[in-house]
Order: sequence, then C-alpha cells, then structure tokens
Amino acid sequence: MAEAEARRPPSLTRRLFSHRLFVTGLVLFGIVVAMAVFADLLATAAPEKMNFRARFRTPEWAFLLGTDNYGRDIWSRLVHGARLSLAIGFAVVIVTGVAGTVIGLLAGYFKRLDGPLMRTMDALMAFPAILLAIAIAAALGPSAVNAVIALSAVYTPRTARIVRSAALVVREMDYVQAAIASGSRHMWILWRHILPNSLAPLIVQLTFIFAYAVLAESILSFLGVGPPPPTPTWGNMIAEGQGYLREAPLLALFPGIAIAVTALGLNLLGDGLRDVLDPRLRVQHG
Amino acid sequence: MAEFVLKRLLSALPVLLLVTLISASIMHLVPGDPAVIIAGQNASDAEVQQVRAALGLDRPFIERLGAWYAGLARGDLGQSLLLNRPVSEAIVERLPVTLALAGFALLLTVVIGVPAGMIAALRANTVVDQAVLVVALAGVSVPNFWLSLMLIVAFGVWLDVLPAGGYIPFADDPVGWVKCLILPGVSLALLQIGLLARITRATMLEVLRQDYIRTARAKGLPVFKVVGQHALRNVMVPVVTVVGISFGLLLSGSVVIETVYSIPGLGRLLASAIFGRDYPVIQGGLLVTAVMLVLLNLCVDLLYAVIDPRVKNDGRS
Repeated sequence: MAEAEARRPPSLTRRLFSHRLFVTGLVLFGIVVAMAVFADLLATAAPEKMNFRARFRTPEWAFLLGTDNYGRDIWSRLVHGARLSLAIGFAVVIVTGVAGTVIGLLAGYFKRLDGPLMRTMDALMAFPAILLAIAIAAALGPSAVNAVIALSAVYTPRTARIVRSAALVVREMDYVQAAIASGSRHMWILWRHILPNSLAPLIVQLTFIFAYAVLAESILSFLGVGPPPPTPTWGNMIAEGQGYLREAPLLALFPGIAIAVTALGLNLLGDGLRDVLDPRLRVQHG
Repeated sequence: MAEFVLKRLLSALPVLLLVTLISASIMHLVPGDPAVIIAGQNASDAEVQQVRAALGLDRPFIERLGAWYAGLARGDLGQSLLLNRPVSEAIVERLPVTLALAGFALLLTVVIGVPAGMIAALRANTVVDQAVLVVALAGVSVPNFWLSLMLIVAFGVWLDVLPAGGYIPFADDPVGWVKCLILPGVSLALLQIGLLARITRATMLEVLRQDYIRTARAKGLPVFKVVGQHALRNVMVPVVTVVGISFGLLLSGSVVIETVYSIPGLGRLLASAIFGRDYPVIQGGLLVTAVMLVLLNLCVDLLYAVIDPRVKNDGRS
C-alpha cells in the first residue's frame, strides 16, 4: 500500500512547489501583488500629494524611500504604481488570452480560415513590438485603457500562434477525428477537446506576456504615451527622475527595481510552469 | 535550393502587402479629425485645411491608399510635416546610425553570449552556470531604458569615463564613435546576451549527450577539439535564430535607447515623429522597419537551409 503510494507520480502542485525557481518567482510576484492589493494600507501618504517644503529628501523614517522633485512620497507612489502596473498587465493578459485563443483555435481548426487569419497575425508581428505599441498608443491618446489596447494588439498574434500550433496537433488526434466523423458540432469539439489540450502552452505564454506587458507599459509611460502624469506609474516616476539623475538618482532607481522584481517574478513563474506543464517547450526557449 | 528561395519569397509577399496596409491606416486610429489634432488646438481653419490637403485627408481613403502605393513604387514615402523634406531622405540619413548601433549590440551579443552559453554547458550546474542563468534572467526582466539611465549615472556622471549621450560619426573620430556606442550597445545587448547564452547552453547540452561526441571523446580527442569540430556547427542554428529575433528587438529597443542617449538614428526619428504626430514619417518608418524584419527573417530561413540541410528537405518550415 505504502509502496504503491510512493510510486504514483507527484501531483502537479507538488512538482511546482518543489521547483526552486518557480517558488522564488511566486514569492517575488507575491510581494508585488501584496503591494498592489494593500496599497492604501502600505502607503504612508497620498501618492499625488505635493509638499514643496520636503523636496528631494533622502530615505528616512517619515519618507521610507525619500521624496521626489515635488516632495511626493516615493514609497507611496511606488505601492500605488504597483496597482496600476499589475492592473494593466492583467488586463492585457485577459484580452490577449481571449482574442489569441479565439483566433488561434479558429485558424488551427478551420483550414479555410488558417491562411487569412495567420497572415494577418504575421503582418502584425512583422512590426517591432514596442514600436507598434508606441505608435498605436500615441495615435489613440495617452491613457491606461489605450495602453491596454495597444499592448494587446501587439501580443495577441503571439498568443494566437501558440494556440494555433497546439490546436493543429490536437485536431489530427484520433478522438477528434472520431468526434468529427460522428457528427459532433464544431463549437462543441473546439470547446470540449481542442481548447483543454491547448491550455498548457497558453498559460505558460500568458505568464510571459504578463511580464512583457509590465515592461512595455513602463516604456509607454516613460515615453509619455501611457497613463498621463501625475498618475503614479513606474514609467512616469522614472521619466520624472530622468531630469534629476545627477542630483537625485534615487528617484529613478526605486521604480526601476520595482519593475525588474515584477518582471523577474513573472519570468520565473513562467519558467517553472513551462518546465512542469509543458516540458517539450524547454529546449526551444532555452 | 532555388525553388526553396522562391517559395519563401512568395510566401512573404502577402505579409508585406498587409504590412503596407497597416502602416498606411495607422493614422485612422486617431479619434476625431486627424487634421485638427495634427495641426494643434490653436490652429486656424486655414492651417487645418493646409494639413488636411498635405495629408490628402480631403480625398477618400481608397484614393489616398492608391496614391501611397503609387508613391511607394517610386520609392517616395511622402513629405514630412515637421522636417519639411521627403520622408525617404530622412530615413536614409538616419538608418546607418541605427544599423551601427544595432550591429554593435549584435556583436556584443554574439561575442559574449555564445562563449558564455558554451562554458555554462561544459560546466553545467556550477557557479559559472548559475551566473549565466542570473544574467539571462536579469536581461529579460530589467527595463533597458532604466538600465540606460543607471549606466549614465554610473559611467557618465560618477566615473565620468564614457559619454552620457550623443553620437560621433565614425569618419570624424573612430575612438569617440566606439566610446559613445558602448553604453547604448550594452543597454540594448543585455537582453539578447542572456537569451543567446541560455539557448546556446541548452543546445550544447543536447549535443554533448550525442553518441558521436562520446565516440570522439572516447578515442582521445581533447575537449576543445570536440567542441570546435562537432558542437560548434550545431550551436550555429540557435545563434542564427537569436540573431534573427535580436534584430527585431534591437530595432524596437532603439526607439527608447536612442531617445535616452540622444542618438540621431531611425529610432529617435520615429519617436519624435510619433510625439509630433508626423504621420508620413511614422508610416514610412514603420514600413521600412517591418520590411527589413520580413527580409531578415527570410535570410534567417535561408541560412537555416544552408546550415541544416534537413530544413530544406522538409519542404516548409
């Protein structure tokens, strides 16, 4: 009895939690999520409140990470920035996940749609990702919603391509062919058979897209096509710090570390999920 | 081989066509009347009319698109609104700077990434291996515009050994040229170095497990010879892959990096066009970069076929 128990392969959660890098990623990302969720509790001041008598303070008890050029508390802006960065990143993941899955499934399952859909995706992918996102965000106007639209437009083709290649494989499986032959409705087959079997690579990909989206949003904000100042986004904070690099390099230092920790956490989570859920992808991505 | 080249060329055509269409229609994302927004809030009616005429917005979209394609066929990308000169001229002038920067970053990537990945594979699961992993993870997680600012503070301000920005043409001062490319080059290359090192490592590990490597080792061939003669050719495949991916990332990155370091390349031209709503330049710049990437991917596919004969025989890939 005990022997049989021991021989059973370890469960998915068990394998994930014994993956060292995955756990590290979970902890790092967990810290940032906690910052975002408890921003109101953690912030020691209103993130947009200016105080001209306390500009450029170095870190001290009253100002944990110091203050910026308007005397705003950097720590408070940082935790509120976490909220916006994660919200935008998550929104991009949802939009990209849904749009990419629908397009990928249709292209992978209906051979007639494959050509037109994927050529359009190829064309969108032909543009350098950040450049296209900047152009779309600038055309639509600087706001959080437009940043989500711009980034989703850039990352949807990448998701669609992954789902399509998974769908292509599943489509040729005997049980799917049997379902088609027995007259099951297409939508049922897509929902019941193709989608569940495409989920593993999709989840892995979306984790990485979350990381890209957080990084890319900071670039949009930094260049002034993200949510406009004085909104405390990490990109905005770095852009403002750029003017004071000589006198107060801490202004740009902290938000950059926050972005790096978030992206690192997500990348580690993605690596871990990939190793456990979808080991075949391991070699391709390095 | 000729058939393979022709096939790939033909398959790139519809993508190129769509790329031109997307570039041409980006202006229509602008909510409201683009002419009013481009001319600015305080523009008079006459000025708005002038912009509308300059952009051809007074004509229907199809007609404008036709005119754009006709211009394209002549190599004419239209007239810049801000620079008062043809778009193609501005792009041709700026392109070499961006190519120099991208080329320099690519050189750093290959020169550092490949040996790092090979050493990591030969010394798998040691400190060296872990260090490569850490750099690789940092590369994909650290925002490069922020890294640039930190490098400027460290090397341009505190140590004061490298210029904090600007660009010196090679012809004027070769040493100065290299100096002003170092910081932006490193900022751009970090991501690719990590990527390439990890892929090289994975491929090397795979290759080192093969029977023919064991045979070569067993017959007494020293390690460096085994690696040099057998492993290196296999490692070329991921190198070509990463070079292909890298070029796109480098072009993308150049928009941000050139802005931070004030380098007068295509990236900065595009960034200032985007903020100045200079749509002809945006369209032309997007088109040129996308076409370069499509053609580069084509070259990468052809290179695969040269390095790895299996690809060609596979028909499509």
